[in-house]
Amino acid sequence: MSLSLDAALGIHPLALRLRAQRAEVLAANLANADTPGYLARDFDFHQVLAARQGAAGGAVALRVTHPAHLAAAPAAGRPALQYRVPDQPALDGNTVDGQREKAAFTENALGYLASLNFLNGRIRGLIGALRGE
Amino acid sequence: MSLLRVLDIAATALQAQSLRLNTTASNLANADSAASSAGGTYRARHPVFAPIYDGIAGDPVAAGVRSLGIVESGAPLKVVHRPEHPLADADGNVFFPNVNIVEEMANMISASRSYETSVEVANTSKQLLLRTLSMGQ
Repeated sequence: MSLSLDAALGIHPLALRLRAQRAEVLAANLANADTPGYLARDFDFHQVLAARQGAAGGAVALRVTHPAHLAAAPAAGRPALQYRVPDQPALDGNTVDGQREKAAFTENALGYLASLNFLNGRIRGLIGALRGE
Repeated sequence: MSLLRVLDIAATALQAQSLRLNTTASNLANADSAASSAGGTYRARHPVFAPIYDGIAGDPVAAGVRSLGIVESGAPLKVVHRPEHPLADADGNVFFPNVNIVEEMANMISASRSYETSVEVANTSKQLLLRTLSMGQ
């Protein structure tokens, strides 16, 4: 029996990476809360996670054989960002809602901690198995 | 590591907001600085913020905030006719700055709230980073 570390850790490393990327986007929104004309960005975590997981599992992926071909599966880099629809547009064109961004940032930090805990559990399980305890 | 970049972004925001607090303090301190000519009178100063962009052309992603510079307010100066004032000009007029105290106070509260938010963001990402460093222990 072969042991694949990637398979043993499951979805959690990917989720952790996406959470960190989302924290970056939300921090940029909060930093620009007073910048005229700034448009708040974000991405749908669950959607991107599902897409990445599908791409990693090789479920649906188109072959790219020509430089002009578009990659059907999302690239491994930064997720595609979308624009936030403001509840109360400001006069200076800024679409950052402080409360909303702060709530999203906190929720994202909790999700990061949850993924970290799951990952820790998996690692502890693996160590236990290796020691034969 | 993206979380380290969150710290960088929070630092740019702290810097920008402290600049804003600084100009507000200067405006409030000089609210009553009289002068004998329009050219020599203090004018209210405000920083202009702009996002720092990063990443691929065509899909810019903000990576913080910066100040483009500080502009002086174009609002009219307060001119008071007071011939007995030591700084009065030939016509007996004294010039006072165009600082709007109410606007400055609102600016100060907004800047300090934004500063607090950035400190919280930096603290949260510091905790997450520390937890990540102790992973598997």
